[in-house]
Amino acid sequence: MNKAEEFLQMFRKGEEFTKDLLKENESLRYKIAHLEQLIERSGDEARTKIYEDRIALLEQEIHALKERYNKVEEENKDFASKYLEVEEENNNLANLYVASYQLHSTLDFSEVLRIVLEIVINLIGAEKFAVLLIDDKTNELVPVATEGLDMGSAPTVKFGDGLIGTVAKEGQSYFADDMSVNTAFDPMKPIVCIPLKIKEHVIGVIAIYTVLIQKEAFSTMDYELFNLLAGHAATAIFASKLYTQSERKLTTIQSFLDLLKEKPRQ
Amino acid sequence: MPNILIVEDSPTMRQLLSFAMKRIPNSTVIEASDGVDALKKMSSAKIDMILADINMPVMDGLKLVSLVRGNPVYKTIPIIMITTEGAEEDRKRALSIGANAYLTKPIQTHELLKLVNTYLPAGT
Repeated sequence: MNKAEEFLQMFRKGEEFTKDLLKENESLRYKIAHLEQLIERSGDEARTKIYEDRIALLEQEIHALKERYNKVEEENKDFASKYLEVEEENNNLANLYVASYQLHSTLDFSEVLRIVLEIVINLIGAEKFAVLLIDDKTNELVPVATEGLDMGSAPTVKFGDGLIGTVAKEGQSYFADDMSVNTAFDPMKPIVCIPLKIKEHVIGVIAIYTVLIQKEAFSTMDYELFNLLAGHAATAIFASKLYTQSERKLTTIQSFLDLLKEKPRQ
Repeated sequence: MPNILIVEDSPTMRQLLSFAMKRIPNSTVIEASDGVDALKKMSSAKIDMILADINMPVMDGLKLVSLVRGNPVYKTIPIIMITTEGAEEDRKRALSIGANAYLTKPIQTHELLKLVNTYLPAGT
């Protein structure tokens, strides 16, 4: 073998070796690419797992927040209804305070009666009613003030007679079941009759025949006002009546004394 | 500092309304017993709102509303009528002559306060 052949043989071996290397290189590249893909895929799975865990956590948080929101909402509703209750209570107390304050603000009999009328009209919403007081001499309930009806249309009732007389005798308030029951005016049949009492002693009654058109029913406040009127109006009426009588007597006595002073000595 | 004029012949109602107006922050209540008295009070103080009854002696609430709406100085003052007259025609009549709102007795304080807060001019 000459040198040229030897070189050619060597060159061919070198060529084969290079081809093998290239093949090997290709195979390794493929393996690397495959491995990289695997790594990437396993990374995605891990990330997905993390995301899933995070979503589950967030869902739990949302659930907890929803529960808290509902609880707060319920508390809010509770507070709102309590606020309304307190508001109503305030309103009622203001009404009772004003009514009581006004009733005891004067000792003038006619002014006390006017205040009783004002309270029944403005705070209770009565349209047609009468205040009747017991005349000790005749033992009759006699009208002393009216609203929405003439004094002549108001009844004079014997103590113990009929609905009004019974209320005065027994000292128990009367409320008709149906407020619109008395469409045709009957002076003996009020829809509400309140005894005016000083302790257990009845001095008169308030007889209500009709209420204002906008008044649909009596409220708790109205019953409170009826109670207040039963006691405070009675006291105020009684005190003012006594005061007016004593004032009148005092004036008479004073005039008599003045006459005596003026009389020339014999 | 809103000045609220209460025009009402009943001292009981005046006191009750004054009580309710204490709930309006920094408000001052001025009381008048009828329409004429109200106009007198309006000439001596700046009024931001009027609460007026309808049935009053000397000058009733409807006449007062007409006079207030006819006066360029007072015509924008909000007026809330507070009355025992519950018929729809009474309400329509009062609103047609210029009342802003119409409330029937016996009043509910929270309803009144809602109306006052609605019609009270901003910034008073």
